[in-house]
Amino acid sequence: MSWLVPIGLGMLGLGLITGLGAWLLDIANRRFKTESDPLVARIDQELPQTQCGQCGHPGCHPYAEAIAAGEAINRCPPGGQDTVDRLAELLGRDTLPLDAEPETVGQDTVAWIIEADCIGCTKCIQACPVDAIVGAAKLMHTVITDACTGCDLCVAPCPVDCIEMIPRPVPANRWVPPKPSVIATDRYPQAGLAHG
Amino acid sequence: MTELLLIIVSAALVNNFVLVQFLGLCPLMGVSSRVDSAIGMSFATTFVLTLSSVVAYLIQSFILTPLDITWLRTLAFIVAIAVAVQLTELALKKTSPLLHSVLGIYLPLITTNCAVLGVALLNTNRAHSLLESAFYGIGAAAGFSLVLVLFAGVRERLALADIPAPFEGTAIALITAGFMALAFMGFAGMIRL
Repeated sequence: MSWLVPIGLGMLGLGLITGLGAWLLDIANRRFKTESDPLVARIDQELPQTQCGQCGHPGCHPYAEAIAAGEAINRCPPGGQDTVDRLAELLGRDTLPLDAEPETVGQDTVAWIIEADCIGCTKCIQACPVDAIVGAAKLMHTVITDACTGCDLCVAPCPVDCIEMIPRPVPANRWVPPKPSVIATDRYPQAGLAHG
Repeated sequence: MTELLLIIVSAALVNNFVLVQFLGLCPLMGVSSRVDSAIGMSFATTFVLTLSSVVAYLIQSFILTPLDITWLRTLAFIVAIAVAVQLTELALKKTSPLLHSVLGIYLPLITTNCAVLGVALLNTNRAHSLLESAFYGIGAAAGFSLVLVLFAGVRERLALADIPAPFEGTAIALITAGFMALAFMGFAGMIRL
């Protein structure tokens, strides 16, 4: 029966090693416990938190979860190209052009209520994800321009179509005159064409 | 002291684990497309290599030799390496979730990185002491990291180069690795250890 001894010792030795390993891993598992996926939180921080749903998800956090699971990073029109670039940097992915209709890209717009037409139905207040519309039932509403993110979610619910999207007004102390046209052909495109 | 320094130089350059002994080629091909992830992988592998070479020494001298079961060496070392990798993964997931997601499947695959098992087995074959084992592990990790980061840098440039269609992708990567191995042959015979 002496051939049983090395087998027994082998089982003892390996049992010892695996037991120690399992004990260590159990400690480490408790020590490094993660409640939620920290990556989702980092992505969520980069998103603009308009909760506008233009990415096809019910809000910014669900979209952050989808990005962490591998969805494209260019679905957020309110964030614009800057957000896409920052997400690409964060995730080590290649940057993509923003996936949105061309006319909405690069335009910084805010909602504007035509106050003479407003009937005070509060539907736009309920739609606004950032609480940028003030007003009460049967009283005129108005948009707090500084708080508006330009997500245009309030446009559709309005029963009298009194909300329109306008370019964000520039405060007087930040207004910059448009650049002059330097080259003559820029100034007179028709003349430039005539001379070939 | 000189002895330990020689062990490091020998493991890192002269007998480089990747390009001279051809151990650990899968992460070399898998994680070398970007320098950032290559650096992250280097740190993870360095940690695992050093830890597992020390643990392997302890297992060899305090469990396997006293019980006279050195024939179970490979199995025992694999278990120890798997535990070390799992520890690294748990710690990395907590401290750097981004790196964790970038490394992806290659992190658990450090377990099957033959360089890690190779260091543990070579340590026992050469009857290294505890300190020598640790330094051999560090040297091997330094050599692995050096090659991985250099190779990732070369591949980042290759991505922009105009490469003939049949050589694109893995083909040109393997040829590059071959050239790097040729370059590392320049160290051959510098140290006899």
